[in-house]
Amino acid sequence: MPTFEFWNDADSPVHPASAPDYLPRPQLRELQLHRLQVTVARAYERVPLFQQRLIARGVRPPQIRTLEDIALLPFSVKSDLRETYPFGLFASPMSDIVRLHASSGTTGKPIVVAYTAHDLDVWTSVIVRSLAAAGVRRGDILQNCYGYGLFTGGLGLHAGAEAMGATVIPISGGNTDRQIMVMKDFGVTVVCSTPSYFLHLVDEARQQGVDLHALKLRIGVFGAEPWTEGMRQRIQGLADIRAQDIYGLSEIIGPGVACECQCQSGPHIFEDHFYPEIIDPDTGQVLPDGATGELVLTTLSKEAMPMIRYRTRDISRLVATPCACGRTIRRLERITARSDDMLIIRGVNVYPSQIETALLSVEGVLPHYQIVLTREADLDQIEVQVEVTSANFSDEVKSLEALQKRIAGAIERITNIHARVRLVEPNTLKRSEGKAKRIVDQRKMG
Amino acid sequence: MKIQQLSLFLENRPGHLSAICRALADAKVNIVTLSLADTQQFGIVRLIVQEWERARDVLQQAGFVVHVREVVAATVPDRPGGLADILACVEKAGVNVEYMYAFTFQCDGKAVLVFRFDDADKAIVALQAAGQQVLGGSALFR
Repeated sequence: MPTFEFWNDADSPVHPASAPDYLPRPQLRELQLHRLQVTVARAYERVPLFQQRLIARGVRPPQIRTLEDIALLPFSVKSDLRETYPFGLFASPMSDIVRLHASSGTTGKPIVVAYTAHDLDVWTSVIVRSLAAAGVRRGDILQNCYGYGLFTGGLGLHAGAEAMGATVIPISGGNTDRQIMVMKDFGVTVVCSTPSYFLHLVDEARQQGVDLHALKLRIGVFGAEPWTEGMRQRIQGLADIRAQDIYGLSEIIGPGVACECQCQSGPHIFEDHFYPEIIDPDTGQVLPDGATGELVLTTLSKEAMPMIRYRTRDISRLVATPCACGRTIRRLERITARSDDMLIIRGVNVYPSQIETALLSVEGVLPHYQIVLTREADLDQIEVQVEVTSANFSDEVKSLEALQKRIAGAIERITNIHARVRLVEPNTLKRSEGKAKRIVDQRKMG
Repeated sequence: MKIQQLSLFLENRPGHLSAICRALADAKVNIVTLSLADTQQFGIVRLIVQEWERARDVLQQAGFVVHVREVVAATVPDRPGGLADILACVEKAGVNVEYMYAFTFQCDGKAVLVFRFDDADKAIVALQAAGQQVLGGSALFR
């Protein structure tokens, strides 16, 4: 595991591990091309599915002469991992693989991902760079609420946080009372969790009379589910923290594919290890920097399980304009939508993030919500369930009905659809200790 | 003379009201009176109990959103026009009734009503000036 002994200055603006974040673009591109060629050759030799697909296209690895030639290569998708379950995409013998992780697999088989010792080192290094960008320093006390176990979040973040010299509390998810006690008693300065779980902690702390503003918390590193800028503002108001967006996915490595710097202007993607493209999701055409489309990632240094042109289903765009922090690696526009999550309601496209933005625009509404879709008389109905909180509860019927109207009005303004708003009791919507479940689609059942 | 009333948000679903009553019963809190304002989707439960602080804590721990509201309890002569007289004197004082409900017991042969006014203090002064009886906690929690 890499260590960073030279770096022990809390005031140092740049962590030594972050050096690749600042590579001049031409050098970065040279490095990317070299690593891409090695990765493609390796996958061609060792992964039968990739080899078959390349042969079917009449493409051979030596044809990759520039970075743009990546467009010659076939995409890979999530079902490739399911269909080759469990080990079909591995490019290393088991004797070289030191770690397996797996997704929870909500539909059918889980997906399995593998790491060699070198892969783990790379993962650790990108987490160090993520945390350094987010402002975490040696001496920080970091509460890691991501689940430890088969999920990549917990262990992945853990190794990087330790390597950078933070004091790690491996508390994992769940047991909210203990989370709050530890946060208070241990003087926690950094929390890593999903944004929805942090909101849950905020609620619970308030009920226990713990004032988060009085704690030492200063940074939250939030990821593993899409969240909006409105949610960030809300979180930063509820506790004195900077809420930083970290991005990643198990298929690529886990958390640490990209992370925001302190400018909070979208996560910087660690391009020396993960090559990003934005494509038109319908045609597969590569789009230029600045255009919105589906994010496609290629691992540039993964040994055990190289992923070539993996379609993430996340909607974003690449921002190439210089960031005030000086990093030369590009940024992703904050990912607030997954193409899988797009709802089509009476022919109108709606993303859950739009509903979230609408809710946050209404005073006193916390973003604990769930979207329930039903079909009545062949017509799609959308019901948004919102929890009543101490802040928005009134003991007069007319005030609560006015609140429902304000919420429905905000949703209609932003999405152009009319939603039924149902107020529900606090803590009745299922809380995520991992990823929030925002949508219940009952249309398929009827 | 003001009384603390607990207000709770309640979804219109089977078993939800009984969960409130059960939580109070387990804590040995007696409900002096209860009123339910309901719509198609949700309801608001208003409770008057003697140990309102303990009851509030018990209900909050059970996960309910609980607000404390100050209300006024006044006796109403059990005759035609009894309520009209009371309302006339608060109207004259410029106080608005936000909601009201009846107590489950009588006080010296008079009905007891609970009022939520937009200005409780002003209402109490007006009622007492008009000779109406406003009840404090000691009279209610016998």
